[in-house]
Amino acid sequence: MELLLEPLGYDFMVRAIVTTALAAVVCAVLSCWLVLIGWSLMGDAVSHAVLPGVVLAYIVGAPFALGALVFALIAVTLIGVVRNTSRVKEDAAIGIVFSSLFALGLVLISVTPSQTDLNHIIFGNLLGVSIPDLIQVLVLGVVAFAILILKRRDLTLYAFDPTHAHAIGLSPQRLGALLLGLLALTSVVALQTVGVVLVVAMLIIPGATAYLLTDRFSRMLVIAPVVSAVCSIAGIYLSYYLDTASGAMVVLTQGVVFAVVYLFSPRQGLIGTRLAKARRRRAAVLAAA
Amino acid sequence: MSTPAIAVDNVTVHYGEVLALDAASLTVDPARICGLVGMNGSGKSTLFKVIMGMVKPDAGTVRIGGQPPSKARREGGIGYVPQSEEVDWQFPLSVRDVVMMGRYGHQGFTRRASKADRAAVDEALDRVELGDYAGRQIGQLSGGQKKRAFVARGIAQGATIMLLDEPFAGVDKRSEATITRLLRELASDGCTILVSTHDLHALPQLCDEAVLLMHKVLMHGPPERVLQPENLAMAFGLDVLNRKDAG
Repeated sequence: MELLLEPLGYDFMVRAIVTTALAAVVCAVLSCWLVLIGWSLMGDAVSHAVLPGVVLAYIVGAPFALGALVFALIAVTLIGVVRNTSRVKEDAAIGIVFSSLFALGLVLISVTPSQTDLNHIIFGNLLGVSIPDLIQVLVLGVVAFAILILKRRDLTLYAFDPTHAHAIGLSPQRLGALLLGLLALTSVVALQTVGVVLVVAMLIIPGATAYLLTDRFSRMLVIAPVVSAVCSIAGIYLSYYLDTASGAMVVLTQGVVFAVVYLFSPRQGLIGTRLAKARRRRAAVLAAA
Repeated sequence: MSTPAIAVDNVTVHYGEVLALDAASLTVDPARICGLVGMNGSGKSTLFKVIMGMVKPDAGTVRIGGQPPSKARREGGIGYVPQSEEVDWQFPLSVRDVVMMGRYGHQGFTRRASKADRAAVDEALDRVELGDYAGRQIGQLSGGQKKRAFVARGIAQGATIMLLDEPFAGVDKRSEATITRLLRELASDGCTILVSTHDLHALPQLCDEAVLLMHKVLMHGPPERVLQPENLAMAFGLDVLNRKDAG
């Protein structure tokens, strides 16, 4: 108990935990669709491509979220243009656009005085979350979360069968755009906690973990955020006691939990399914005897 | 004469330089089942996409029950049963979830299911005899059951036009007969059905009429006539003739 309560004596730790849990939940919900559509790389791209937007916002004193959103949209548009108007395939288009924009961000950082703040964007600065940061994450996170939950059925339809969406008069393009917009918004939320480089982990691992645990999308939407929030908080505690980088520790915890599920999930796990089979065989032998 | 359920008039579609449909014209009257026969790349899928409004024709028009396709879509009039390869069968949805998607067009902003929606889904599942499988993940159905699940989605939707892309691919003979019976029932209830298929021997039992497609509509008539070897040779080239003889 003492172990759990001690860090909470510091305000910065409380803020870190609240911010991380919030970002973890929103990212995890979104990740359920990303892994099913096969948009993991897109998540990677958008989360990196927002960097120049954040730096420019810092330079002109605008909210980070605004700059990030603008550059997320620029990235998505550029990817679409390169893919649709040349023979370059989508994965290559994504790679070209996001690494170039990320590099642009790094260049901008290198020419901007007061580099310390901006380096935090790259690797996250969980323990340095200020009250305004917290409020920003809170507002954006709640907005993204609310839209995701209210539109979850449409988004799932889009992920599963866009042709049917079209056939019943919905617009797959608009639903896809909505999902990308939410991806941009969510990337900004997660930037604060784990930084640009590791956002993608928060956007993929929870959904993938949940996907290995259930055959129901509605349950994925519960499992992913719960697992992600628990991992994130556990990661912060671990980083506190082991004195390691907090953002990285959060991601590492999520990765370890994924590995465990991957191996031992009773439905899909590499070892779990074999154990279940062996148990059934034993039961059959016993029944026969 | 009644308004045709589907009227495709002189539709031409290019994908870049590739010609997919060349001034294709086709009308299907209500409550008929029409088989669409042609090789891969003959424009069958494109014709479906044009009817659903996913592909805008370079020239020509489409009318669904006398209306533009966009209006028919919004009214939930068009049901679509995709080819197996187009579906992610690992997707974590139950059969009931998929059939419920047929109701989305009738539902509000968040697509919350009403009692009427649930009743419509149950009825559709019973209709295709999948009531006992409603809770299964969709990938855990047999080939024929998978098809019926998507037909149920169209039924729950209240579709008056049903488009089926290769419904007999990967389906055993018995399931094929079940699907044929189901589609005949739907047609006798007034549903107009367009089926694209490679499965020529199933056509006469299933279809009221058949269309030979090779970018253009080569022929449109009773299945027995369309399936005459010399006619098939036009659409497929000669090896079908030989295969038919050998078989």
